[in-house]
Amino acid sequence: MIIAERKPLEEIRNMLAGYKRILVVGCGTCVTICWAGGEKEVGILSSQLRLASSKDGNELSVMEAVVERQCEKEMVLEELGDKVQEVEAILSMGCGAGVQTMAELFEEKPIFPALNTTFIGMPEKEGLWLEMCGACGDCFLDRTGGICPVVRCAKGLLNGPCGGTRKGGKCEIDPEKDCAWVLIYRRLEKQGRLALMRKYYEPKNYRVVKRPGKIEALEA
Amino acid sequence: MGGAKMARPFRETLKTKDFIVTAEAGPGKGSNTEKLVEHVELLKDRVDGLNVTDNQSAVMRYPSLGTCLLIKEHGGEPILQITCRDRNRLAIQADLLFAYSRGINNVLCLTGDAIDTGDHKEAKPVFDLDSVQLIHLVHTLNSGKDMVGNELDGGVDFCIGASATPSADPIEPQLLKFQKKLDAGMDFIQTQAVYDMDELKRFMENFHKMDNIDGVKILAGIVPIWGAKMARYMNENVPGIYVPQYLIDEIDQAPKGTKAAKGIEMAGRLIRQIKEEKICDGVHIMAIGREERVPAILEAAGI
Ligand code: SF4
Ligand code: SF4
Repeated sequence: MIIAERKPLEEIRNMLAGYKRILVVGCGTCVTICWAGGEKEVGILSSQLRLASSKDGNELSVMEAVVERQCEKEMVLEELGDKVQEVEAILSMGCGAGVQTMAELFEEKPIFPALNTTFIGMPEKEGLWLEMCGACGDCFLDRTGGICPVVRCAKGLLNGPCGGTRKGGKCEIDPEKDCAWVLIYRRLEKQGRLALMRKYYEPKNYRVVKRPGKIEALEA
Repeated sequence: MGGAKMARPFRETLKTKDFIVTAEAGPGKGSNTEKLVEHVELLKDRVDGLNVTDNQSAVMRYPSLGTCLLIKEHGGEPILQITCRDRNRLAIQADLLFAYSRGINNVLCLTGDAIDTGDHKEAKPVFDLDSVQLIHLVHTLNSGKDMVGNELDGGVDFCIGASATPSADPIEPQLLKFQKKLDAGMDFIQTQAVYDMDELKRFMENFHKMDNIDGVKILAGIVPIWGAKMARYMNENVPGIYVPQYLIDEIDQAPKGTKAAKGIEMAGRLIRQIKEEKICDGVHIMAIGREERVPAILEAAGI
């Protein structure tokens, strides 16, 4: 899933300066699960914005909505319908893809991101999400015991650990974080597949993630 | 400057000399190269190669390539360090072609310290290649082609080095990576700082059991310590360095004003032991800003 964090209130208020009627749009999928942009967070941010504006003596009308998947055009149109006509600007609480889906659909309205989209990850425990995948376009997990060296190694190394690994197998950049290559070593050792770590892997093919990415199904 | 006598090619030294000594030259921040040139002049005839760091610890400095040129101009034998942190595969290849065209024939292939350890923490880390891929890349250039198979108009012939970490814990993943470097083909390996001779001996035992080690020379990394505070700081902050407590105590107990002499004596003692017991093929001295003390260290080591 996609993990995001809400921007600080001040930054959001600066983006919205000058607008009197806005629509705050959450998303019911990834960002709901990572507590960043679901129905609850839409409610909280909307009240904060109303309160802060009235404190400053400004009137701000804030409408609220949640689209089940903000990155799907049909769902956005169905949910928002005519609401968009009534506002001057839209504040999206979706990930970067959600923000841009709405920007495409409502070209005449300024749209602002309320979140910082940070990574593809998983919930480790209540309130903690970890990065798991960098969408590199050429998945390497078959060679690493299912542990991604592209994002879980701080340097994205493909051929084993750097010389900076700390005592006990911690990462050079953070004594709290496990070195991904020590984790990979232990996993492969457990599975009797250490020969995989002896093999040389060529430089990564970055062409597969030529920006902007585009995938077309054979039968659309 | 132009008339300086030619240093012996490092590759030849590796083949013929019993005990090889290289020293690190660490460029400073800024275009003033006075101190650097002083160190080069002082060391170029005392060591077999001067090895120049590449934005060491991810701190922006005068470049490795420029310093290697200075060394060359002053009649020394430069070893160019290249890390994967700041350049992609195009930039690395171009730099290598330039280096070779100017008589810089030795390259040390490193991953590079993480951006977070340095002074430009908001920079974008590159790591387009890793150190093993970099070694393969230099071999490809040596074969007269670039990485994608295009012929080079004017090839290169680099002597290739890399690093290894005897003090790593756990050591096994490091050894697997080290083996990949050896498989790629190495001329020399310099280790991260070693202090514990038993640890170095264990590392050499492991090395002798590995594949593709013929003709590969191992230089033990020597980082002198100038005080207990510095040693503790390095233990906490410098990736890959671990100074044992008994050495910290030894420098700590030296009376004020004699710490430099003590540090020189301790480093000299390590080198002497490595040489006398033939533990490995030589040493690489990293004096980190105290290059002027290297001649005294060599004297203390009996070299
Ligand atoms: S190698 Fe890592 S970043 Fe690439 S697709 Fe697989 S999990 Fe994602
Ligand atoms: S310590 Fe491990 S995870 Fe951290 S940068 Fe080095 S190899 Fe990658």
